[in-house]
Amino acid sequence: VPRATAHDDEGLAAALRAGDADAFATLVDRQSRAMIRLAMVYVPSRAAAEEVVQETWIAVMRGIDGFEGRASLKTWVFRILTNLAMRSGARERRSVPFSALAQAEDTGEPAVDPDRFLPGDHALFPGHWAVMPARWPTPEEGLLAGETRGVIVAAIAALPVAQRTVIALRDIEGWSSEEVCEALEISAGNQRILLHRARSRVRSAIESYYGAREAIRDDAVTAEGTGATAKQETDSA
Amino acid sequence: VTPDVLVNSQADDLACNEVVEMITDYLEGVLPAAEVRRLERHLATCPGCTEYVEQMRALAGSFQGLAEDSLPAAMRDGLIAAFRGFRNG
Repeated sequence: VPRATAHDDEGLAAALRAGDADAFATLVDRQSRAMIRLAMVYVPSRAAAEEVVQETWIAVMRGIDGFEGRASLKTWVFRILTNLAMRSGARERRSVPFSALAQAEDTGEPAVDPDRFLPGDHALFPGHWAVMPARWPTPEEGLLAGETRGVIVAAIAALPVAQRTVIALRDIEGWSSEEVCEALEISAGNQRILLHRARSRVRSAIESYYGAREAIRDDAVTAEGTGATAKQETDSA
Repeated sequence: VTPDVLVNSQADDLACNEVVEMITDYLEGVLPAAEVRRLERHLATCPGCTEYVEQMRALAGSFQGLAEDSLPAAMRDGLIAAFRGFRNG
């Protein structure tokens, strides 16, 4: 796969140098969404992020002759974007490198609320589940098909910025871990910690939602049961 | 004390609160082989952690439907027109 990517890159870069506007349009359409997302780490609004992306594409068309293929084309484009976004963000004091944001967010927070586990000095099962995760009633079409969609959107929006960016690139844009590490200039370990915290929080949010719903459904079942009993009594009477 | 409890209290058995911190490394395929064996031994006897892994697996890579809009059409078309002018002009 890396070979094919390199080949693809070479072909794309050559096409851009040759003035192939279709190739440029393909690249713009393929990458701009993720670029807006990354730019928003550094600039305060979506409109400002779009401007940074526009500036980046102009820099790409001017600079493509200097692209040497040492990094992938995607990485090269994202490096330009990050530099421009940080320069733009510096005016608003938002120019902290992504790796520093990542480190600041690594507070060692547990993936699951510690209250869900038995205490470490429990005689038989120290650190084992006190309240186990319950099966989610996920619709066949997936988590985004039902009401959990809104829960997931809210949970991602509430994440600290580095976690939000990593989960968006991995789970929304479908990037590989290697692509994320290269574009954000973070280590594989940092990338995984951010992804772990982000997915853990989203999981907790879904669990809270389903948990609440499960409690309501329990009531409904009880009410139905009572109804059935009452009906049987009526029938037998 | 039942045999189940004896299995669960083996010296190298993982606690569930350790398992939940290993899941992303496990799903990313970077957990060392010895740890994978320990984890899978735990999963074989722990329905709570098995469910937890399934939930985390269900999240991974599954939010494509949340993709936001790309550049505004006018900005995109302007860039492509600029490219034509710049590279061919």
